[in-house]
Amino acid sequence: MFTSLRCLAVTLTTILFPVATVAAGEFIVLQSTTSTQNSGLYEHLLPGFEKKTGIQVRVVAVGTGQAIKNAGNCDGDLLLVHAKAAEEAFVAEGGGKQRRDVMYNDFVLVGPSADPAEIGGSAQIGDALQRIAHSRAAFASRGDDSGTHKKELALWNGIGVDPQAHSGSWYRETGSGMGATLNVAVGMDAYVLTDRATWISFGNQADHRILVEGDPALFNQYGVVTIDPAHCPNVKEAAAERFVEWLLGPEGQAAIAGFRLDGQQLFHPNAKNGGS
Amino acid sequence: MHEVVRSGPQAAAKPILPVSAERLFVRRKGRVLLDIEALTIGGRGTTVLVGPNGAGKSLLLNVLAGLRAPDSGRVLWNGEPPNRQRYCRFGMVLQRPVLLRRSVRANVEFALRAVGSSAEQARAQAHRALEAAGLLALANASARVLSGGEMQRLALTRALAAGPDLLFLDEPTSSLDPASMQTIEAMVRNASEDGMRIVLIAHDLAQARRLGDEIIFMHRGKIVEHAPTDRFFGAPATPEAQAFIAGKILI
Amino acid sequence: MQDFAASFFEAFRLVLGLDPGLIEIVLLSLKVSMTAVFIATIIGLPLGAFLAVTRFPGRGIVIVTVTALMGLPPVVVGLVVYMLLSNAGALGPLQLLYTPTAMIIAQTVLVVPIIAALARQTLEDLNGEYRDQLMLFGLGSLARLRTLLWEGRYSLMTALLAGFGRAVAEVGAVIIVGGNINHVTRVMTTAIALETSKGNLALALGLGLILVIIAFAVNALVFLLRAAAERSAYA
Ligand SMILES: Nc1ncnc2c1ncn2[C@@H]1O[C@H](COP(=O)(O)OP(=O)(O)OP(=O)(O)O)[C@@H](O)[C@H]1O
Ligand SMILES: [Mg+2]
Repeated sequence: MFTSLRCLAVTLTTILFPVATVAAGEFIVLQSTTSTQNSGLYEHLLPGFEKKTGIQVRVVAVGTGQAIKNAGNCDGDLLLVHAKAAEEAFVAEGGGKQRRDVMYNDFVLVGPSADPAEIGGSAQIGDALQRIAHSRAAFASRGDDSGTHKKELALWNGIGVDPQAHSGSWYRETGSGMGATLNVAVGMDAYVLTDRATWISFGNQADHRILVEGDPALFNQYGVVTIDPAHCPNVKEAAAERFVEWLLGPEGQAAIAGFRLDGQQLFHPNAKNGGS
Repeated sequence: MHEVVRSGPQAAAKPILPVSAERLFVRRKGRVLLDIEALTIGGRGTTVLVGPNGAGKSLLLNVLAGLRAPDSGRVLWNGEPPNRQRYCRFGMVLQRPVLLRRSVRANVEFALRAVGSSAEQARAQAHRALEAAGLLALANASARVLSGGEMQRLALTRALAAGPDLLFLDEPTSSLDPASMQTIEAMVRNASEDGMRIVLIAHDLAQARRLGDEIIFMHRGKIVEHAPTDRFFGAPATPEAQAFIAGKILI
Repeated sequence: MQDFAASFFEAFRLVLGLDPGLIEIVLLSLKVSMTAVFIATIIGLPLGAFLAVTRFPGRGIVIVTVTALMGLPPVVVGLVVYMLLSNAGALGPLQLLYTPTAMIIAQTVLVVPIIAALARQTLEDLNGEYRDQLMLFGLGSLARLRTLLWEGRYSLMTALLAGFGRAVAEVGAVIIVGGNINHVTRVMTTAIALETSKGNLALALGLGLILVIIAFAVNALVFLLRAAAERSAYA
């Protein structure tokens, strides 16, 4: 006799979408970094592989530290990041099965055109950082345990400066991804270390520009790490291996080299020939 | 003309009368709100409850209706504790009637469906009841936008439509114009003549005289006098009742 | 600084161009958030109703807790759901991480307290007003509750809309448990976060405008449904 509840349910179901199922085909989850995703590399790279094999690659883009952690939790079938030491440690600890070089690009030091610390044109990244520390000019750090963050800390370490002692004054840790940190740096006229690909594809450069580049110390190597099925029984080993072979093979490497933005090549393939 | 439409599941219903109370006691914050030694409502006719504001008239009706539990003592409906679901032949109009957020018609139909009428029965019965109460013109209006008097008429119509054996009315004509009051009084008188047992709270002593077969006079939570109407008004036994009838304020 | 006009232009370009990528993201947003609100209603409404009409020791604490949980930080919910659904977590074998289902679960957790707390307040007030009358109708406790739900339907609908607003606008939980995977778990808010991190502020703001328009449209739809229902009720 009382139709109230039923009426409520009907109202709701009519505005509800049928729960569409995710496309059924095979897929792997790739734990990767914000720098590779933000640059648009995957949209360029993946369709070729997916068309050829029918395997969908689902990219989860987080900082390198979190990507490795997620993979260690078996929440990914493959890892593509840029912190060689951490990657090798991941393999040594038994989470990863094998690490291989994929490609490289380089880091650049970006800052406001006014360049208050006068670092423009430095050939040595160490000199530039030294001057920033000395002049106490604002510097934005990822502060998120990502590959870029690890690299930045290593560079500071190389000149014997502990920037985290100045955290909150001129050294600003955003705890965010590359893009978010660039937005912060632009907003507060701070210097910032970024990989070149993210910078080139970054849409909010405003008055910032590259001030230091080309130092061999700024080399940025990307590696791919397969997950050890002994550690993660659920891992889709075969499909992941197929993607690695494609990525490191001639097709994948050519696709990487072919990814250009504003006429610039963002990543340089450097897989050892013959794959593994 | 103002025929009471009786309906509901007549055959299946259990007789609710007599309704009796024993040693009812309600106290709040040290104040005695209700203190009733014994009271029985049975037989036929109309009882009118009178007394000053705050005497405990509404409280007594609510306790008798099973809406409030007394601190001590008990109420019995035909020898059993009040249970509105088992005794469906009971109706009451609250001092502040609550109308559902639906149309006037739907309010009456709801009450009828609640006592087991089918949808079609309820529609037909509601139509007749609204017609008898002169509310047909408002049948499709939202019940919540009615005037105070219209609300009271609807609440009474809704209570009458289900055809109760026992009906409690808490000041059913307090905000009615003279014509509406006559309509309501006629409905009450008809229902009473039809055999419905009615207990009604009134402040209008003329109305109490017109409708009441007997009067209960309450003061400070107690029943001070309980007498046939003629005797109550002709020869009140207590000084309180005399003062009340004379229009002297009681504290 | 970015130009706001550029954002409006981006928004119009996306809407007028019926960008298929955008439509996919919008539909997923609606699907995830509406499903979450639906499930949260099934859980939160009875919970709120129960708290509204019953008295038991500790009820006050439960009410304060539920009300406080309205302020649950989405990131925390995302993290907890991630830890549960992760292959390293208790529910890992269900393989739900990085799926829309995971996002629905996280948003449901966020929305249940909102619906339960608002429903409780609505129904408790309503019960105070209606209790005696419904007793007089001879309704049992379940039928009374059903009547209260129906009588309070418009206020309750507002509670559901508040829940929907929270769900569709949050990013912290879905980005962790969904992973913002293109074509799989990318919704309006995670797309906005992504475009912001790419520095495409105009596009991000444009997407934000579309999100506001969607929220507006959903609320307007409910408003119209209500108006139509009232018209037909008193026709
Ligand atoms: N729940 C309650 N808590 C405290 N006091 C109460 C409660 N219910 C009733 N009272 C008090 O009990 C007394 C009797 O109230 P009741 O409503 O029965 O008066 P009444 O005789 O109907 O008066 P009126 O003619 O004004 O309607 C009043 O003083 C009222 O304040
Ligand atoms: Mg009263």
